[in-house]
Amino acid sequence: MARIELVDLAHAYWTHARPAEYALKPMTTTWRQGGAYALLGPSGCGKTTLLNIISGLVTPSQGQVLFDGVDVTNLPTERRNIAQVFQFPVVYDTMTVFENLAFPLRNRGLDSRAVDARVREIAGLLDLTPDLNRRARGLGADAKQKISLGRGLVRPDVAAVLFDEPLTVIDPALKWELRSKLKALHRALDVTMIYVTHDQTEALTFADTVVLMHDGGIVQAGRPDELYDRPRHTFVGHFIGSPGMNVLPAAVDGLVARVGDARISLARPYAPPKAGSKVEIGIRPDHLRLAASGGHAAKLERIEDLGRVRYARLLFEGHRLSALVPEGEPPPTGPEVRLAFDAARIHVYADNLLVGEP
Amino acid sequence: MTKTVDNRAWFLVLPVFALVAFNAILPLMTVVNYSFQDSFGNNQFFWNGIGWYQELLDPTSELGGRFFAALGRSAAFSLAILAIEVPLGILVALCMPRSGTQLAIGLVIMALPLLVPWNVVGTIWLLYTRSDIGLFGWLINAVGIDFNATRNAAQAWIVLIAMDVWHWTSLVALLCFAGLKSIPDAYYQAARIDGASRLAIFRYIELPKLGRVLMIGVLLRFMDSFMIYTEPFVVTGGGPGNSTTVLSIDLVKIALGQFDLGKAAAMSIVYTLIVLTVCWVFYTVLVTRDSQEAQP
Repeated sequence: MARIELVDLAHAYWTHARPAEYALKPMTTTWRQGGAYALLGPSGCGKTTLLNIISGLVTPSQGQVLFDGVDVTNLPTERRNIAQVFQFPVVYDTMTVFENLAFPLRNRGLDSRAVDARVREIAGLLDLTPDLNRRARGLGADAKQKISLGRGLVRPDVAAVLFDEPLTVIDPALKWELRSKLKALHRALDVTMIYVTHDQTEALTFADTVVLMHDGGIVQAGRPDELYDRPRHTFVGHFIGSPGMNVLPAAVDGLVARVGDARISLARPYAPPKAGSKVEIGIRPDHLRLAASGGHAAKLERIEDLGRVRYARLLFEGHRLSALVPEGEPPPTGPEVRLAFDAARIHVYADNLLVGEP
Repeated sequence: MTKTVDNRAWFLVLPVFALVAFNAILPLMTVVNYSFQDSFGNNQFFWNGIGWYQELLDPTSELGGRFFAALGRSAAFSLAILAIEVPLGILVALCMPRSGTQLAIGLVIMALPLLVPWNVVGTIWLLYTRSDIGLFGWLINAVGIDFNATRNAAQAWIVLIAMDVWHWTSLVALLCFAGLKSIPDAYYQAARIDGASRLAIFRYIELPKLGRVLMIGVLLRFMDSFMIYTEPFVVTGGGPGNSTTVLSIDLVKIALGQFDLGKAAAMSIVYTLIVLTVCWVFYTVLVTRDSQEAQP
């Protein structure tokens, strides 16, 4: 149980690295006790580095890690009271499930009665009770991953549980089940959980706060709907949502954004951005409408049927766009279509950053 | 797809068949043939049925007693070197540097004994342990311990075992090192998080993961040491007395020294069968272990 604070934390994998080469750019942030956080980002964005710094497997080049206000930056992993679940299941092959779960407790010298009680409690939460006396070696990947998780949860004083893409090797059918299990455990045990993933579905369903990372820095942290509705950075818009947000280079002045020859009206006036900055507007495919008349001219390239929803791929003023085809409507046919923008949902970005955000 | 049946395809196997026949089956059949006959000079052979086998497997007969004594020495030698080389190999592998130039140097040093020809190893140790001119033999005598491997059976055994350990521990160590390298870092990280001691890490992570390479190492070392000939031949010649006469040396003594081709052939067959049986047992254990692991 702990609040985790990162103070001016940064990391480079070699000394004398230039700022651009830092695996982790300087960051200061606080993660509250009991929160469910997802560190989301593409491969190589530094999320695993950040996780390993919190767990103590990596010592940061600068800055501090505080657990409940106590500096643990230089404490080794085993003295930090954290649990970590790795990408593929780590179990002790020769031990039974019970012995696996008891291992961290026995190493800390708990007496056998307390060990027994605690192991049975955690095994019950994880639905592992019927397997307690089986060898861990013979179990499936999902059961093994539950064991690795259980070894973390079994310690009553665990400060935080860290997950490093824990569902990578799990069958898609079981992923859903394990994910809901994780959420239930999180509610039952009131423990801080940090979950690293590059899969936005996993992040958005698991976490109450999603921390989106890009190029070694945190670009936005917030509730899943905040990240979806108000992406603070064009990267967030691209990364969250499938297909991602449409981002178009534009010239913005007052209530109008000009993309090519089209004049798109905005919901509120924007001051002209300072000269030399790259101005873009962003809008989610869900907030674009294919209209019968009015709106702007666009060319339909193809319809993408994702089963549940359909998206139209369009060419608009020389830029490729996606737009949602509403359910129940017949897909547009002709190459010439009309496109309507939902003015309230248009975001304006200057140099990739949302304009009008504090 | 329809399959065409054409028995002429069997002719394609002929070259392999001929090759195997000439390098394995025919020589082996010669030995099998000899093992049922008694030989005298002048190329005269007499049918002896399973007589040699009966004598060989009866410990009270002269031949049987000799065979079981040699078999016992071979088994004792194999067990002794396995008992030393396996733990020592694991220990060396654990102490190896994990990367960089140190690793390269370590690997080269480890590989060196493996590259020395058997004959040369024997000669090195023969000279090294000689009590008059050998560095080790002379030194230990100078310290006041009476050492002479050509007269003292126990000392002859110590020399043979030390020589094999010097020659082959590297093999076990290199196998184990490869096995250790293949353990993902996550296991060590998880063990640290679980607060495991160094001993527990070895017992519960490294040793189980080494199981497979260790089986292969033990198999290779058993086979090699059970069939060892050159080194004891060079270093002790089977002596003093018969004390280091292992199976292969005794076999050559019977076959070439006494020219008892029948006895030697029967002994060869039994010797081969023992080696084959042990191999088969190891192989079966390895395969069943693997298939158990593959089960979900």
